[in-house]
Amino acid sequence: MATSVKADSGGSPASVPPSPAQHRRPSPSSLRSKIYHWDLKASPYAFIAPFFLCFAAFGLFPLIYTGWLSLHKVQLGAEGQAQWVGFENYAKLMGSEFFWHALVNTFTIGVISTVPQLLMALGLAHLLNSKLRGRAFLRIAVLTPYATSIAAATLVFAALFQTDYGLINSLLDVFGIGPVQWETSKWPAQIAISTIVTWRWTGYNALIYLAAMQAVPNDLYEAAALDGASRWRQFISVTIPSIRPTILFTIIVSTIGATQLFGEPMLYGGNVGISGGSGGQYQTLSLLLYQTGWTNNNLGRASAIAWVMLLILLLIGAIQVITARVNRKKLGG
Amino acid sequence: MRISGNSHRSARRTALASAAGLAAISLLTSACSASDDDGGSSSAGGKITLHVGTFNAFGFDNVKGAKLYAEYEKSHPNIKIVEDNVQDGQQYWDTLKLRMSRNSGLADIQAIEIGYIAEATGPTMADKWTNLADNPHVGDFVDWKEKQATTTDGKTIAFGTDAGPMAICYNKDLFKKAGLPTERDAVAKLWTGDWSKFLDVAADYKKSAPAGTAFTDSASGLFNAVLSSQPEQYSDSSGKLIYDTSPGVKTAWDLAAKAAQNGYSAKLRQFDKPGTWAAGFKNNKFATVACPSWMAGLVRDNAGPANKGKWDIALPPQNGSWGGSFLGVPKSGKHVKEATELAAFLTSAASQAKNFAVTGNIPSTKAGLADPAVKNSKMDFFGDTPVGEIYTTIAAGIKPVPIGANDGQVKTFLTDNGILDIETRGTSPEKAWGNVKKLVDDKITQ
Repeated sequence: MATSVKADSGGSPASVPPSPAQHRRPSPSSLRSKIYHWDLKASPYAFIAPFFLCFAAFGLFPLIYTGWLSLHKVQLGAEGQAQWVGFENYAKLMGSEFFWHALVNTFTIGVISTVPQLLMALGLAHLLNSKLRGRAFLRIAVLTPYATSIAAATLVFAALFQTDYGLINSLLDVFGIGPVQWETSKWPAQIAISTIVTWRWTGYNALIYLAAMQAVPNDLYEAAALDGASRWRQFISVTIPSIRPTILFTIIVSTIGATQLFGEPMLYGGNVGISGGSGGQYQTLSLLLYQTGWTNNNLGRASAIAWVMLLILLLIGAIQVITARVNRKKLGG
Repeated sequence: MRISGNSHRSARRTALASAAGLAAISLLTSACSASDDDGGSSSAGGKITLHVGTFNAFGFDNVKGAKLYAEYEKSHPNIKIVEDNVQDGQQYWDTLKLRMSRNSGLADIQAIEIGYIAEATGPTMADKWTNLADNPHVGDFVDWKEKQATTTDGKTIAFGTDAGPMAICYNKDLFKKAGLPTERDAVAKLWTGDWSKFLDVAADYKKSAPAGTAFTDSASGLFNAVLSSQPEQYSDSSGKLIYDTSPGVKTAWDLAAKAAQNGYSAKLRQFDKPGTWAAGFKNNKFATVACPSWMAGLVRDNAGPANKGKWDIALPPQNGSWGGSFLGVPKSGKHVKEATELAAFLTSAASQAKNFAVTGNIPSTKAGLADPAVKNSKMDFFGDTPVGEIYTTIAAGIKPVPIGANDGQVKTFLTDNGILDIETRGTSPEKAWGNVKKLVDDKITQ
């Protein structure tokens, strides 16, 4: 295409040898060629414009506006009366024990949901990758939890984890384990919430791993099998190294998801969901943000929380990228 | 047909490409403008549709309520009414606040819960409501109700719906089994005049109570009940928060904490989503519940027909009001005049009397309270209990209490993060109080 573009823009198409594009167009009216030309150059931009325009409207603008708000003392609904306070909102946040609680909770819930989730997804993908009967059905089946709504799943789990009449405590009772306070005690509540997250996302990650695993050349497995490697050995020494970039990708995506955890704890706690339980035992950063902004009207501080969350995510992302780079260097690739 | 002429193909391609580009752009613009979705009014063919935004149950609707919408539509053939209902009151208010701040997505009439009326009349919101002060209907309400919806500079932003005079609902069966009197006057005499006597009765109940039952449903419920009868609550008359020095809050807190620690409550959370609280009525888990008039309907619905005749209503230790909502008309609506007329109709004495007959919501208008049909009414579930008389008597004894803009938030901290914490997690009252103070300092004092 480059040649044709050059020829047309040369201004004297007759003097240059006809390009392949002109062969295809036996009647080169100059208007049509101009439209064609314009189309060729502008169309790609028109096609990607929706994303960038929408991103500017719904992504970039809120981001900047939130940053601006975070430097002001401002009530929800009275944005016109914003008062410049510099970094006071951030300073107050750093001095607030509720912020640190929420940060720690976000981290602990994130770890106890992401780690088992990804390990289970890996195992599941490995099983789905082997020759099973009804493979297609099973592959779709693992995705069904992801397709259910957060609200529906959380309500079901909340009923299961119910302290007085819930199924899980009834089962534990059979084994003589006393009633676990799944909502009011800190760790049981966090574990229960992590269970919901794990249940929803394991299948989704498993399918991503499965796709990556299918791209691993079969020769590697054949060679490994010839060398006498067991299936487990093959999994550790062939599969895992081959899909390492995919694993990194899922870790990043899951970490982002975990940092923004909102729906599950909110709905799990029912009436006290926004404060993360009566003692804030499972209040995450997102819940704190919502509570600060919408319930307590403190839009400035809520914006500061949003920016701190963004910075945390960028930091985690940077750490992961650096680790990946170091790893790659170590492997000599 | 497969091998079409070259020129033909390229022309088609150009057309196709530009069409696709146009489509993408139009998609984009529609996607962006679709966010400006108005849940407000619209008119088609001369007919006006009015939206009424409510939470929980207001009793206006044509299904379970008093069919007030149908009645109004019949007398106003050019008007169609649509109720946009949200079950969760907190969620409703948070959404409404956001929409008010954006002036978009609002219904023509929006309900306001009493805990938030001071926020609605406060500086960030007051200007966004239609001023109803000159509407003749304003004079129909009992004074304190109208005062609550009036701003300091004299704007009335809403009409009152119901009032929340509070009594005590009790389970006669459980009282009998615990060796307590069951007749409502004798029961009321046990605690007349002082909430601490209510706790004495709780102690008596506990001594010989049937296993697995508690005296009252929740310590937070008790807190709200005690507080609602105190002359000074969270804020002083200037709207300043005084919850930490208010004797009313201290009385309510101490009693609720004592009830929680001594196991007088069933440790349930009122209106909880999994429905454990509601199930408690069915299974006779507790003997009493603080019972504003609107709660009487909930007792009936939750306990179910199987428990009909088991519950009765006694006068409370002290008169108080818990609850009662308002209807405001946002200025941004397209049919403010029609909406105001509808709001006036829904809160008129006649409508309130009809609403009471179906839902037990006590009127907030003078004429509604005096209506013999309200005064003499009974609820089938409670047998011969003179429900109307009990509640109208209490309503007459309610004194207005100053409400501040942050009352709703402080109440949530005190009950959900304080009392509930003592009750379900065994936190000491001192620590819980300290935590509430920290929450208020951190989140409200900006």
